[in-house]
Amino acid sequence: MTSETADPAQAAGIAPAADPGFLQRHGGSIEYVLIPGAALIAALGVFGGFVALFGKNPLDLYFYMYYGAFGTWFSWQNTLTRAAPLILTALCTALPAQLGMVIIGGEGALLIGALCATSAALALQAMPPLVVQFSMVGAGMIGGGLWIMLAGALRQYRGVNETISSLLLVYIALAVLNHLVEGPLRDPASLNKPSTREIGAANMIGSIPGTDVHWGLLFGVVAAVAAYILIYHTTFGFAARVAGGNIRAAKIVGLSVGKLILSICFLAGACAGLAGMVEVAAVQGRTNANLAVGYGFTGILVAFLARQNPLAVIPVAILLGGIGASGGLLQRRLGLPDASVQVLQGIIFIFVLASDAIYGRIGFLKGRS
Amino acid sequence: MADGTIGLWTVPLAVLGGAIRVSTPFLFVSLGECITERAGRINLGLEGTLVMGAMSAYGISYVTGSPWLGVLAAGITGALLGALHAGICSLPRVNDIAVGIALMLFGTGLAFYLGKPLIEPSAPHLPAIDFGWWSDVAQVRAALRINVLFLIGVALAPILYWAFRTTRWGLLIRTAGESADAARAMGHSVLMIRLRATMAGGFLAGIGGSFLSLFYPGSWNEGLSSGQGITAVALVIFARWDPMLCLWASLAFGGAAALGPALQSVGVTSGYHLFNAAPYILTLLIMIITCSPKRNLSGAPAELSITR
Repeated sequence: MTSETADPAQAAGIAPAADPGFLQRHGGSIEYVLIPGAALIAALGVFGGFVALFGKNPLDLYFYMYYGAFGTWFSWQNTLTRAAPLILTALCTALPAQLGMVIIGGEGALLIGALCATSAALALQAMPPLVVQFSMVGAGMIGGGLWIMLAGALRQYRGVNETISSLLLVYIALAVLNHLVEGPLRDPASLNKPSTREIGAANMIGSIPGTDVHWGLLFGVVAAVAAYILIYHTTFGFAARVAGGNIRAAKIVGLSVGKLILSICFLAGACAGLAGMVEVAAVQGRTNANLAVGYGFTGILVAFLARQNPLAVIPVAILLGGIGASGGLLQRRLGLPDASVQVLQGIIFIFVLASDAIYGRIGFLKGRS
Repeated sequence: MADGTIGLWTVPLAVLGGAIRVSTPFLFVSLGECITERAGRINLGLEGTLVMGAMSAYGISYVTGSPWLGVLAAGITGALLGALHAGICSLPRVNDIAVGIALMLFGTGLAFYLGKPLIEPSAPHLPAIDFGWWSDVAQVRAALRINVLFLIGVALAPILYWAFRTTRWGLLIRTAGESADAARAMGHSVLMIRLRATMAGGFLAGIGGSFLSLFYPGSWNEGLSSGQGITAVALVIFARWDPMLCLWASLAFGGAAALGPALQSVGVTSGYHLFNAAPYILTLLIMIITCSPKRNLSGAPAELSITR
């Protein structure tokens, strides 16, 4: 999937050198685990205090959160199922972050990816399932990729801020989805909830044998590992990190910053688009407004909590997937509103960002975060 | 619908009425964000502030029976969220855009959490002034039932325009936004100026939220805001950080947002959602047209992170 992108690395034409970021990265890795971990614990503490204000016992809260997320095999499966799209949408923020770009439009790319994947499946109904599934992966990734590449291109060629444009593109993507789902692509049989036609049971990607966790989790893990290798162990990734550290230096050594921005943004969007494809082909079976449940926005939090490291995205996504999975149990057992998960996510996000201020103070000078 | 009497005039009338009604939250949020951005910070969390404002206004109005106390509560809630944003941003190496996204998540989550018991009860609404008394046509009267908050917002735009140009505070805010070093050299604390500017921005955005829950649509539910806070932030860019242009742009965006439902009422149903996305598309187009890799957006405060 994403490994095909090693090609532009050669195109960038830099001699493979010893990676100078390597030592630094491992020197600071304790800090990278310790500080977000402390931020997470502080956030959980504040959230515990918050629910205590409403007369709930914080210890019950922590127990049910643990139980609902990782307590049983059932909750583990629920957690992992939610982690799959989160890994992919987090990569949509983490990859451009290597270039110093803040892309927050993963939700939009997810929706466009889902639309493209569904359209591909509906157009190829007569084909064997494997062909349909591969086309869905391709269509979802290309759709999502081009969507975020648009934000990258606007940044590169027009100087439009990528954060704002990618956020605007989320709302535009949602409008496009609603328009197509209620108009040209609508299944006349879907009355209350306008949807596209179903892609067909045979074309669903199914579960990993022995579990209820769908194959999307594997897609996510493969994409994250591939992104990690790309960023830290290829010349392309090295070039990207150089450009992210200092654009002027990158230009002086002859890197094509424009190509880097466009290809990284494409890959980032492709990951989020793949998340959309996975949600269609493994969960929903069709495209409708149900897809816009905020995986794209939670993905931003995952990326920041993982310090934009593609490999760290995997455990962090599982953690936040677990928090999401425990929401149902918190509602049933403690009578907390369904928005509690969102409140907790917000608190975690605030603490993680505030903890950025601590990094220099423990030691380990870093080039950039 | 008494459609036959005025026929196709329904559409422009509904757009006019919509421009007035729908634009009020845009107007308040964009004026607030204008103050914040002029001081050199961008607060993307105003979406969360808007929803929190809507919730707290509804709650206070329901408990006390006074919608104006609700508006005040919304403003105070907004100012507190603004203080939170500014407080975190004043830590070294913290990205204000990322903090905004966090507060967007936090604000909407908190509003849904605290607002759960408010979905059922109905709170007293804000009063409206009937400017359509001279007309017999129901649509004209409906379009010209204007809320007091809208009038306050309209008055606020020129006041802010004047304040930015001539008052000491306006000058300080603009200095902090154009060159933090210059403000520091003048002996002012840039962090304090930005804290106050962000709190003022949050105050106005909270009031914008109170309009949503206390006048139009006039109830509290979780689907109340469909990204108006984000649109308004974009609108400030669209309006080049000028309060008067914020007013015109808010009216235009309100009208654009009312166009979809208006067309739907006369039977044009296709493209409804695309009309709803018009403000976002417009903002993106304006940014594409006016930006260039060589120079910043004209009128943009130099310290603003989106222009660097």
